[in-house]
Amino acid sequence: MSQRELLRIGAGASFADDRIAPAVDLAERGELDYLVFECLAERTIARENLTRVKQPDKGYTPRLLDRMGAVLPACVRNQVRIVSNMGAANPEAAARLILRHAKEAALHDVSCAVVTGDDVADLMRGQPQLPIMESGEPLETLLPHMASANAYLGADVIARALDTGASVVITGRVADPSLFVGPAMHHYGWSYDDWSRIASATAAGHLLECCAQVSGGCFADPGKKDVFDLARLGFPYADVSPDGTFWVGKLADAGGRVDLATCKEQLLYELHDPAEYITPDCVLDITALELEQTGPDRVSFRGARARPRTPTYKVTVGYHDGFIGEGQISYAGPNAVAKAKWAADIVQQRLSDRGFAFPETRVDLIGMSSVHGMSESRPEPYEVRLRLACRTADRKAAEAVGFEVRALHVNGPAGGGGGSDPLVKEVLAVQSVLIPRALVDPQVHVTRLS
Amino acid sequence: MVRVYDIAHSRAGDKGDTSNISVIAYDAAGWEILRTQLTSERVMAAFGHIAKGPIRRYELPKLQALNFVIDHALGGGVTRSLAQDAHGKSLSSLMLTIELPGVRA
Repeated sequence: MSQRELLRIGAGASFADDRIAPAVDLAERGELDYLVFECLAERTIARENLTRVKQPDKGYTPRLLDRMGAVLPACVRNQVRIVSNMGAANPEAAARLILRHAKEAALHDVSCAVVTGDDVADLMRGQPQLPIMESGEPLETLLPHMASANAYLGADVIARALDTGASVVITGRVADPSLFVGPAMHHYGWSYDDWSRIASATAAGHLLECCAQVSGGCFADPGKKDVFDLARLGFPYADVSPDGTFWVGKLADAGGRVDLATCKEQLLYELHDPAEYITPDCVLDITALELEQTGPDRVSFRGARARPRTPTYKVTVGYHDGFIGEGQISYAGPNAVAKAKWAADIVQQRLSDRGFAFPETRVDLIGMSSVHGMSESRPEPYEVRLRLACRTADRKAAEAVGFEVRALHVNGPAGGGGGSDPLVKEVLAVQSVLIPRALVDPQVHVTRLS
Repeated sequence: MVRVYDIAHSRAGDKGDTSNISVIAYDAAGWEILRTQLTSERVMAAFGHIAKGPIRRYELPKLQALNFVIDHALGGGVTRSLAQDAHGKSLSSLMLTIELPGVRA
């Protein structure tokens, strides 16, 4: 079987703010059948749900039109079908926007299959007893602060959406690998209980869901792990055969690297027990997987295994969790570290004198101990940037943190420079619960150009 | 002594307050050192000032790799952490600084 007879699925994004040009490159020259855009981090949907409450026609991923506008012409021309979770908290509105854009751009034959049913917020309000996976506490402790609740849907509803013939499938929350498993099921007509093939496709989806992280991104170490033309890093694709064997590759002239090293790093990324990777579609076991470099920038995968899927869907509950106030300022030259440490003490004293108390405070010395913490043997740097971050339920207290750090310019130790504008982050945190599958009803609706 | 950096590469991922950090050998000799010497105890000695644990360790002989899963490692979780590197992406580099005895005497 030649490469072109294999199903080819490209990866077009790994998060809402990913680069766009490499996806256009794949759409134009990748000889793809499908292009998948994964654009929903854990809490993105909670944020977009808040947007939708204020603006009912919004709530999809903010860069939707930038991305779709860039890739749609090539996808229409080359008959590449698109699957994406860019619908976020409002897939219907996302589909309307895509269709309106297609009409204005004179792109014909664009239709959208919209997947809904992941939003289970109403359902959650009736299930206060469900245990939170992270803490064991009942869900009712979060319900008063809940901003969103979305079930991770699986590949079955993606395959159903593709069965409609729509050129674009737009969803809210779907498990990342399932965005890739769905096209394989649809293309080859695989049964949802064909565990060895579902296992293979899930492994392929897992490798591709973070896009360039398998083709040389998040990998290079100059002089040690070199990557060809990293500045023009290309996005990967998978070629999937009818028996489930698949190959990961990239365009030959695109920057990047696909080999055993890049593939192993991505295979283990965000994996816990390698014999038990739970998705809505199966429980994947990658311990028997065989990887082989079969050509330049081309690696084959055989031997993925899976046990049947669990009887539950995982639900991510987004909730309001107060504020983080933050400020930064730099010190350099003789005694820089001592000045920064003293400045941190001064700010905390002033915040306390103003009557603010914080349940959690973090002092970072950027350039010395802000990322890996402090080890006894580390030398003092020539310059250091103080960062103070405090958690609070009170917005005014959060604002005061950055205010007092910036005031160090005039009121602190000698030579403090480059104080940041005060930063206040409204925290949307997430926790998870499991709910029986029968309570969730994934739906597909098709919309076309009128 | 041999640094993990000299015999392996690494990537860190996050799920809630849990960090998983892979350690992948460049060759069979490196794998033998990793497998026998990069223990959970040695890893927690390097991460103890950041992570509470517990830690789980998985061996993947076909990949010549280890996967460490460390709980309570991300300041309460990516979405609410006060840390700059809330995802703990840079923790892979901390793993690579660990020193091992190397070839056994």
